[in-house]
Amino acid sequence: MNMTFAEKILARYGGEKHVQPGQIVTVQPDHLLMHDNAAPIISKIQPELKQYGIFSKKLPVIVLDHVIPAAAEKNAAQHKQIREFVKTYNMPYFFDVGYGVCHQIIIEKGFALPGMLLLGSDSHTCSYGAVGAFSSGIDRTEAAALLLTGETWLKVPQSIKITLQKKLPRFVTAKDVILTIIGDVSASGADYCSVEFHGAIAQFSVDERFTMANMGVEMGAKNAMFPVDEVTQQYLRSIGVAKTKFKPVHPDPDATYHKEVTYDLSQLEPVVAVPHSVDNVKPVSEVEGIEIQQCLLGTCTNGRVSDFQVAAKILKGKKIHPNVRFLLLPASRAVYLEAEQKGYLKALVEAGGTMLPPGCGPCLGAHQGALAPGERCLSTSNRNFKGRMGCKDAEIYLASPVTVAVSALHGRITDPRRGMN
Amino acid sequence: MTIWKYGDNVNTDMLFPGKYTYTCSTPDEIKPHLLEDLDPLFAKNVREGDLIIAGKNFGCGSSREQPVLGLKAVGIAAVIAESFARIFYRSSINQGLLLIECPEAVKAYKKGDPVSLDVANGTVTVGSDTFSFPKLPKEILAICDAGGLLPYTRLRLQQKKKR
Repeated sequence: MNMTFAEKILARYGGEKHVQPGQIVTVQPDHLLMHDNAAPIISKIQPELKQYGIFSKKLPVIVLDHVIPAAAEKNAAQHKQIREFVKTYNMPYFFDVGYGVCHQIIIEKGFALPGMLLLGSDSHTCSYGAVGAFSSGIDRTEAAALLLTGETWLKVPQSIKITLQKKLPRFVTAKDVILTIIGDVSASGADYCSVEFHGAIAQFSVDERFTMANMGVEMGAKNAMFPVDEVTQQYLRSIGVAKTKFKPVHPDPDATYHKEVTYDLSQLEPVVAVPHSVDNVKPVSEVEGIEIQQCLLGTCTNGRVSDFQVAAKILKGKKIHPNVRFLLLPASRAVYLEAEQKGYLKALVEAGGTMLPPGCGPCLGAHQGALAPGERCLSTSNRNFKGRMGCKDAEIYLASPVTVAVSALHGRITDPRRGMN
Repeated sequence: MTIWKYGDNVNTDMLFPGKYTYTCSTPDEIKPHLLEDLDPLFAKNVREGDLIIAGKNFGCGSSREQPVLGLKAVGIAAVIAESFARIFYRSSINQGLLLIECPEAVKAYKKGDPVSLDVANGTVTVGSDTFSFPKLPKEILAICDAGGLLPYTRLRLQQKKKR
């Protein structure tokens, strides 16, 4: 049938046999993600909610994560408003302060499954391609409309096929792969497109696929996905999802792609996205020695157990540089507990790290770990826009958990291949 | 009318800093912070009917809708760009902010050139040159004609009820 993943899934949800790029389909998503930003919109649609009710109480998954625990009265009032809304409509899928970052919850609790379609009022909704779902970000007004009607339009995107070949060298991670790709294709290189990862993907765990799909939006992608394989199946079994619960969608071998690129992973090296754009990517060797005052390990991009594991392995029994504030931000309570049980958090806190509650933390600059003018942060998060961590005169560098942990030790951006020897 | 000219990749943090996202949500709260970290003169001097001309990937980044609400509230007549990021594009349809994707017009524009729009005919004139831009598909025009997504949704809910 020569269709890409996006074409196949949008045909399925749009009730069409065949679709092509540019076509508009009306779809009913399986779930709608909302977070703290649901509050202002609930007030706006009060009359409609009263008159028509919500489309389905099982559609929304609402997670409080962006400013948690509330930094000020205004945030507290928004959280309260959302709790009351959830209660009024008896919505079962609500995750209050402390559960974790919305995207992690969606995957970890099995709301996103292979072959599903999800929309969310957050740009990193594209993360769920890690488990073979089609997922894309929308604004909160559209989320409100979806609460009322359960459906919206989507344009069938063109698709980009990225084939990954061979094995990654030591100290080079999935984060380096996605940053390298974004640096090559640019921040607009995948605008409106669906991105598919193919090739030697079996070497990437679901955690790592999450990191890569999560950053699809940083090259403008509508969604980003990994075909379902044994790695996906095993992950889903591990979270208790039966095989009968989902129907994977595989792109056809003869599908037509707008663009195809291939990477030899064995040739990649650790990289850093330097201020102030995610596509401003340089080999870490070129920016080595830049002093840093803050390191952030965590977020929806790199806040999973495997991320804490690699950092703990590097920092166990050592002390971070005295000039560095090392912030630890697990992506969820489940991650927090498991990383704690495995001793990773103890190793990191003993090394000088500071635990933050599972949520978005400093990533968007609304609270916790804001930067001062002239300061630099090396972060595992996904955006280094000017002002992103609360200060327009600070700088954010993005890197892998390995590079961040090694650099925390030295107080300077450090190539992990050298810093570990 | 002032024409505000910006480059490529004007992101949502430049349009409206993330640190205010959970404290400012009404147009009056948003307006003073628009483009704060990119162009401090914008919020002070922007007037109803002004245009923004920008490069590629305008509005990339977050799904926050304050940038769109804010630009609409200060009366930006249209943003003309080489291209837009998709969530921002969708959000502008939802809020009724006019976006025009016309790389030729952006490239032709030089400081001081007069710019005028003919939305009905899908053309933008820069200096003495006129460029056409593609019309929106009918499904999307219906949302624009209703005045944005919420009024459109209200109409649809009313129609459904009648049936």
